[in-house]
Amino acid sequence: MSVEFSFLLVQALSGLASASSLFIIASGLTLVFGVTRIVNFAHGSFYMLGAYMAVTIVPWLLQIERSPTLFFAGVLISAAVVGVLGVAMEILLLRRIYKVPELFQLLATFGVVLMVQDAVLHIWGPLDIAGPRAPGLRHGVMILDQRFPAYELFLIAAGPVVLGLLWLLMHKTRFGILLRAATRDREMVGALGVNQALLFTGTLFLGAFLAGLGGALQIPRVSASAQMDLAIITEAFVVTVIGGMGSIGGAFLAALLIGQLQAFGVLIFPKITLVLVFLLMALVLVVKPWGLLGRPEAAPPSAMPEGIASPGRFCVFEKLLVALALLVAAMLPLFGDAYAVKVATEVLIFGLAAFSLNFLVGNGGIVSFGHAAYFGLGAYASGLLVTKLGMPMEPALIVAPLASGFFAALFGFFIVRLQGIYLAMLTLAFAQIAYAVCFQWVEVTGGDNGIVGVWPAPWAASRIVYHYLVLVVAVLGIIALRHVIYAPFGASLRAARDSAARAEAIGIDVRAHRWLGFTIAGAAAGLAGGLYAFSKGSIDPTLLGIPLSVDFLAMILLGGMQSVVGPVLGAAAFHSIKDVFMPLTDHWRFLLGASIIALVLIFPRGLGGAYASLRARFTGGAP
Amino acid sequence: MDSIFFGRRALLAGGAGLAAAATGRGAAAQGAPIRIGELNSYSRMAAFCIPYRNAMQLAADQINATGGVMGGRRLEFVFRDDGSTPGDAVRVAEELLTRENVAFIAGTFLSNVGLAVSDFANQRKRLFFATEPLSDALTMAQGNRYTWRLRPSTYMQTRMLVEAARGKTQKRWAIVAPNYEYGQSAAANFKRLIGSAIPGAEIIAEQYPALGRVDAGATVGALAQARPDAIFNVLFGPDLTAFVREGNTRGLFERRFVLSMLTGEPEYMIPLGDETPEGWVVTGYPWDQVEGSAHRAFVEAYRARFNDTPRKGSLLGYVTVQVLANLLNKANSLDNEVLVDALRDLSSDTLVGNVTMRGIDQQGSMGTWVGETTQRNGQGIMRNARYADGADYMFPEEEVRAARRA
Repeated sequence: MSVEFSFLLVQALSGLASASSLFIIASGLTLVFGVTRIVNFAHGSFYMLGAYMAVTIVPWLLQIERSPTLFFAGVLISAAVVGVLGVAMEILLLRRIYKVPELFQLLATFGVVLMVQDAVLHIWGPLDIAGPRAPGLRHGVMILDQRFPAYELFLIAAGPVVLGLLWLLMHKTRFGILLRAATRDREMVGALGVNQALLFTGTLFLGAFLAGLGGALQIPRVSASAQMDLAIITEAFVVTVIGGMGSIGGAFLAALLIGQLQAFGVLIFPKITLVLVFLLMALVLVVKPWGLLGRPEAAPPSAMPEGIASPGRFCVFEKLLVALALLVAAMLPLFGDAYAVKVATEVLIFGLAAFSLNFLVGNGGIVSFGHAAYFGLGAYASGLLVTKLGMPMEPALIVAPLASGFFAALFGFFIVRLQGIYLAMLTLAFAQIAYAVCFQWVEVTGGDNGIVGVWPAPWAASRIVYHYLVLVVAVLGIIALRHVIYAPFGASLRAARDSAARAEAIGIDVRAHRWLGFTIAGAAAGLAGGLYAFSKGSIDPTLLGIPLSVDFLAMILLGGMQSVVGPVLGAAAFHSIKDVFMPLTDHWRFLLGASIIALVLIFPRGLGGAYASLRARFTGGAP
Repeated sequence: MDSIFFGRRALLAGGAGLAAAATGRGAAAQGAPIRIGELNSYSRMAAFCIPYRNAMQLAADQINATGGVMGGRRLEFVFRDDGSTPGDAVRVAEELLTRENVAFIAGTFLSNVGLAVSDFANQRKRLFFATEPLSDALTMAQGNRYTWRLRPSTYMQTRMLVEAARGKTQKRWAIVAPNYEYGQSAAANFKRLIGSAIPGAEIIAEQYPALGRVDAGATVGALAQARPDAIFNVLFGPDLTAFVREGNTRGLFERRFVLSMLTGEPEYMIPLGDETPEGWVVTGYPWDQVEGSAHRAFVEAYRARFNDTPRKGSLLGYVTVQVLANLLNKANSLDNEVLVDALRDLSSDTLVGNVTMRGIDQQGSMGTWVGETTQRNGQGIMRNARYADGADYMFPEEEVRAARRA
């Protein structure tokens, strides 16, 4: 035995300390999801705010007296302040959008994330802020022959204490019982006359409080920095999903698993800690589709399907509009400057990618949080063929959708067996695994530096010629996908989305249809990715990253996912907003976040939805 | 006395520059202003990039108050956020070149962004003056005619630290580095070089936590278990704070020699506060100890205008403008081919002394300071710091030729 026992013990304790911290944060996320069904991206922001509050409040209290009591009082005050911020978010934002499709709520919370990031930079400045150590817990404790931080022993205890308190709250108080009831059946709780507004506000307070507590408890270990929100949110999601969304006990179990996996993972695979948790999540979801302790989502989707209901045909006026848009895109090089052409090229590429995502989400009801993976894989396929094998641009562009389609088929085989949020998280897990491979396989992919020199063939090198190339390819791609939506195959996908059981009953092989749909959408995204690679001249792992996946989601939601051509409109709107704000100010993320929230509030069904209701008003038909 | 006088004058100069800017381009009677596009991660990497931009504005205003460049033309920077992704950065670079009509572009922080912009510049045949990205690839395997880098590369900074370890006796080394290109290539350079400074040195443990997500307890535990004599650290930012705190509590650094990249830069040293370890050998910027009246005047002018102490980013920003102003005066043309040729072995007198843009790999000879960490009044500082001139630590010429033969 080459590794001594005392080391293994201390390493396990390190894992327990991480697990405790992770559980406190994830418990809040899972609670909020259980009751409100909102996938709250802003939970990571609450965690960050908790840390920033604590590094502000705690030193101030410790000036009075350096006592452990005041330290922990400061931590609890910080958490409470964050809880109040959670209430503010519920009252000002979430309350207005409970009725809109769940994905919109997710998008709105993402807007909050962007705004909080810039607000934190503005208030606390760009330097990381290190908090004070906890008085009385600064030292190390000897465990066998190894020194272990006393504060981490405290953290190890804190997790189970929070779990116990939550159990008491859930089982011994009226509020807790209502929380559990709402997690099981929200409509029924409302029907029984429970004040839902109060219940939801209370839930948000508790959720944000727990996130803030998690952040505040970290200050003796890590400095408060403006990047800590996104670092924690994916991990918190992984914990809640592995545990089963809405299950606090499951979150505890999952946090323990992940803590130990990381503590011992660094010994065996020091380079792949990045992806270890996602591998675990993929594995758990393939074996247990509802997480470790989650319950199957009993309730059928809401009565009104979120997505394309019955695709209408263009009327004459709309045909004119589409023709006009195409004409503008085609004539742009004549009246726009070089930069306008460049932006238009990108809008067309993103338009195709967004259309392919809505083919999945709006038409198939398959929500993907990892669509950028197929976009990025297409870009990598083209880029690698051109730079490593010296292949010309044209065949490389043809390979892009084939490669992406292949991986979409491979991942999709597992993905389409799941449903709802679990399905979405499995798409995320596969996307992160693909990201990690591109990131880590330095010899082939160039690692995070990526590969440069992916430029178009000489005949297409000028901005204008490449613009026309993209215009033709993207429009053909969109027309082809649109054709599939109108074809019987598209109708079958919609049937499977609205009622899998009924679709099966009339002889539709639901799983096969969804699998094929997933593959087609992945291939189309790959085509867009190939076009993108040649427009930028380089490929790198950010093309497969979560931020780009979220951008694609934002595009289809802004455009309206119940509309067939809306996503293209959304891509144009989103890209333009970003392009307008980025040169204006350092705080462009704040403005982008505010615009997203404003659009969600003003057009809760997206731009496409707004147009549809306008049209209904004029034609007198039902919306 | 001299420095105080200069400080005031610089302050006035700054004011004059602002006033001139407020009256618009017409104020520059001697000719159209020269516009340079500067794209950087002002939003994502604000701790470094905001002081960097501040100092650039300070330097440009001082230059404009004393007659501008190229015989009296004003020097203007068009600042843009690069979005911190290659895709966004290339679009922003395109915007700067086509819509803002800048003479050429400068900046970028992240290596992947720098490399993408570099290749874009090569494609468009426009000068790209890379200031911050550290990746060796930028001037080596993926170097191109239009890309020049000012700041000492990963290789150069690693080599400075390794040289500082010459004569030490520690043989068993552990490496901890963030898991991305900068960390990986610093580790690879270290492995290559350490044997020459300490014969018989071996690497007995390596840890590569994900950037921004170090699991400090597990990482420190794994390193301690290997019982190294010495540690080479590449972590920085929030990862560094977490690592140092955990290591202090668990006694990882006791009786161990530590070499640490960038730790002495104020951006990363200030957050360490009273946890700053004693006696690490680091690269950094001890702004309060740098000799020379020019540097003292810079510090005073910077503090007076921004009410803050200069960071490493500030120094880099100021030196960037000094080199670019010298380049414009020497080239006396905005033709990018002329500019690129003028950069070849261009020697400039700057805050850190002479900086030469070596022609063979298009790398600047700007150096950095190497010293030991210690504490004063609960704040981390560097002691026994000396300026390591980049010219002494560059890649050997034959290696450059082999890498850049393409």
